[in-house]
Amino acid sequence: MDILVPIKLVPDLVEELEIAANGVALDRRFMRLIPSEQDDHALEEALLLKERHGGSVTVITLDTGDTDDTLYTAIAKGADRAIKVTGESFDEGVTNHAASSVLQAAAKDLTFDLILTGAQATDDLDGSTGPLLAARLGLPFVGYVLAVSQEDGGIVVRKEYPGGLVAEMTVDLPAVLGISAAEKPPRYVVTAKVMEAMKTATIEEVAAGDADAQGAAELARMYLPESGERAEMIEGGVDQVADALVALFGKRGLLG
Amino acid sequence: MLISATWRSTAPVEVTVTSTMTSEPTLYDEILEATPHGERLNLCLQCGMCSGICPYGFAMEFPPRSLIAALRAEELTSALDSDLIWLCVSCFACTSVCPVQIPLTTSLLTTFKAESMLRGKVPSELQAALENTRRYGNTLGESPRRRPEWASHLSPPVPLMAEAKEPVDVLWFVGDYASYHPRSQVVSRAMARLLRALDVNFGILGPEENSDGDAQLLSGEKGLYEMLVLKNGKAFAKYQFKQVVTTDPHAFNVIKNEYPRAGVTVPIQHYTQFLAERLDQLKPLLHRELNARVAYHDPCALGRANSNNIYDEPRQLLQAIPGLELVEMAHNRANTICCGGGGGGNWLDGFVWEQAHARTSEWRVEEAVRAGAEILAVACPYETPRFEDAVKSTGHQEELIVKDIAELLSEAMRD
Amino acid sequence: MSKDVWVVVESLRGEVLENTYTMLAAGRTLADGLGGKLTALLLGSKAEGLAGTLGVADGVTYVDHPALADFTPDAYRRTISALVKEAAPRAVLMGHSSMGMDVASGISIDLGLPLVSACQTLSAAAGFVSVTCGGKVLAEGKLPEPACLVTLVPGGHKPQDGRKDAAPPVARVQPPVPLDDLKTKLKGYIEPEAGGIDITKESILVSVGRGIGQQDNLKLAEELAAALGGAVSASRPIVDQGWLPTSRLVGKSGKSVKPRLYLALGISGAPEHHEGMSDAECIVAVNTDEKAPILDYAQYGVMEDALKLMPVLTARVKQAKGG
Repeated sequence: MDILVPIKLVPDLVEELEIAANGVALDRRFMRLIPSEQDDHALEEALLLKERHGGSVTVITLDTGDTDDTLYTAIAKGADRAIKVTGESFDEGVTNHAASSVLQAAAKDLTFDLILTGAQATDDLDGSTGPLLAARLGLPFVGYVLAVSQEDGGIVVRKEYPGGLVAEMTVDLPAVLGISAAEKPPRYVVTAKVMEAMKTATIEEVAAGDADAQGAAELARMYLPESGERAEMIEGGVDQVADALVALFGKRGLLG
Repeated sequence: MLISATWRSTAPVEVTVTSTMTSEPTLYDEILEATPHGERLNLCLQCGMCSGICPYGFAMEFPPRSLIAALRAEELTSALDSDLIWLCVSCFACTSVCPVQIPLTTSLLTTFKAESMLRGKVPSELQAALENTRRYGNTLGESPRRRPEWASHLSPPVPLMAEAKEPVDVLWFVGDYASYHPRSQVVSRAMARLLRALDVNFGILGPEENSDGDAQLLSGEKGLYEMLVLKNGKAFAKYQFKQVVTTDPHAFNVIKNEYPRAGVTVPIQHYTQFLAERLDQLKPLLHRELNARVAYHDPCALGRANSNNIYDEPRQLLQAIPGLELVEMAHNRANTICCGGGGGGNWLDGFVWEQAHARTSEWRVEEAVRAGAEILAVACPYETPRFEDAVKSTGHQEELIVKDIAELLSEAMRD
Repeated sequence: MSKDVWVVVESLRGEVLENTYTMLAAGRTLADGLGGKLTALLLGSKAEGLAGTLGVADGVTYVDHPALADFTPDAYRRTISALVKEAAPRAVLMGHSSMGMDVASGISIDLGLPLVSACQTLSAAAGFVSVTCGGKVLAEGKLPEPACLVTLVPGGHKPQDGRKDAAPPVARVQPPVPLDDLKTKLKGYIEPEAGGIDITKESILVSVGRGIGQQDNLKLAEELAAALGGAVSASRPIVDQGWLPTSRLVGKSGKSVKPRLYLALGISGAPEHHEGMSDAECIVAVNTDEKAPILDYAQYGVMEDALKLMPVLTARVKQAKGG
């Protein structure tokens, strides 16, 4: 199977987030961007499918900044091609509607049986890239997928529902899947292999066409929630805290 | 279970290597080339001293001697399929007793770990530490910007090299754990107090400091180690200082013994050496009595590893504290029992427990109690949290506390 | 411009899912503010009975067809798109969930309608407030005109306000488009691991997250849970690592729990997790990050390393219980 894996770079929540001067977006100047965690899982699932059934894996990302490390790492893990789509204002952040429109145009020149991408990303505000791309390409979509297997010339996916229930669905190819977790945790790739990829592999650059940016709501305000109604903090060292908690539990009748 | 052995061949061994190299280097060749004197692998007598002294040898499918036998028989599949190589905590015990001085830890075991990693066999906790290192420059996954935060409330403030207007005498390499782990941060603050009390002109790199690379190198991630040397090397090159002092034995070990081969050479001391040299200045400041029996745990990285052999200075410092009675544990100096934190071991506790159902840190705590110690003194930022955990898991909370030497000195300075 | 609000009902194996009631509560607020009608859109096969708890809505539109018996993305999206196109309501609310998120984006492209997702609060006057970046950032704005789609997360509207055990008038309609040649089909369901603990029935939960560090440390949580007479549950990272089975997962993809005490150890409390425990009677959060979102909704917070606190707390609890 030839698999396309769109990867989205998102704000790293390890760092402090700040609001931009315009008050309706995140300040991206000092932001660290990392690949969306579920996109990492999508790549892993794609690599597992390639290992099992052959074919190829192509990763593609919009040049929102900090993309090269992600792309070389993907190649070091086993991806065959890495494509970076460049566009003028990408570094200011792109809505999912706009990104999926850019990816749709780029996908025209690619052949694939399957597109795997993360089911959601932490900074999604207008749906997610996977189903938007699927709709634009006229392809079927199933999201929240935990496993993909090839059966009888088609694929079967496991989709998660609340409470641990899983549904098995057949999907006609070509299709787009939103992966929430790969069958195995994303593999480790040693730094030496990433360095080697940086020296020997090429990232193909493609210019974005006009993007259809419609579909996301205009924001009036973006902000960090106030610590208003916050938890009552229990102060003190470990011993004092433990005592206070036991007293609290006792008062609430939890100690039998 | 542990053999105490201090004899070894003292005459240097001359080795001529006749390599079996074909056009494609084999794993055997890699091990020979991995580290200086790696070719001594050819001299292995299969005596079994290494496997015998290895703290987790009993749980490994292929302790060092068996690994070498498998290599020689070219029957590597089982050895490479086993993930029990990750029980090795790079304590250098095997290296220190090998009668023909094969650098087992750095050549054989590290290369096997590297090979395991290439095959995707790395325990997930360690994987996270390595990925954190690559992304954030520290194993804990914390923001690099917050690296100097442990010192933010200190007065006078701890100087950042980037803000220093003049050269300093000492560049203090703090390290990951000492910067970010809450328990180790306490020790860092004690060290800052000591440096101030001794009027040392020092600075720290803060956000420009990256992980020292010892754990990454010994766990087989050479490329990551090289990246760290490059970054730390660049930071060192920016500033003027007379020497580096570190509170972290792993940083000491790797910067002293490995960095030069990677092109970065700086004079470095472990803080116990630095302070011991200034004992005349320090001793008068230690006026508070500590009436306790103290056992000192020799860190592998400071002692056995690469024959660093720093055993006396920490003891001199402890004995300078009034009222302190120094006791020795059964295994000490070169025979010390590893705390289990080296070579990536700090991130493998879950894995090690599952496989071995034993913790070297617990053995060590029991030894300290048996030696009659009330305080277990350490000189490594991994050890304070590791041994405190072991004190709890062995139920000795009422009998034994764990303190870094820097903390004990700092407390002895108080009124 | 229409003032009517639609809610797409989510049901699974004959039961209406709780987030439907959250959507109905939000929908009711919105419709009342706009002065319009609230309609629940129900798709299924012989499922008209599910209308019985949808009393908060003014009416139910029910589409009956064998292909709609279970949720599948293709059949549901085709149906909803066509109906929305025809009726053009002001807003269509769907779940920010495995079902809702499968179709919302597609409908947005089909009909050229703006989509607001991860929405927590809705009102006619104030518009929407959405949650993003793990709960650390909020985004608000006016509801796009003349029509839009919204996917909702719990937390802003109470499901109790969206449930009324009475059936509003049900309008049965034919599927507006053919439901043949479907590209996604259901093969079957796989039950979650049976046996063991049912965390939804426990009144005390000791819940662990990333802050627990290593798998080894789980036993500390188990000891504390045993001392308290409760059970151990977890957030997603723990279950994804395989350290605990999915039956212990609290949150959007796991179980919803309502214990008397929810002790969250090293859990940041992102919205997906909050979804599963927001109704706990007493939430105590132990964390070393003062900015952890969980502190915004926990009753009590402790700035401490959970690994240090657990053994001490276990000992004190045992003492207090006289053991």
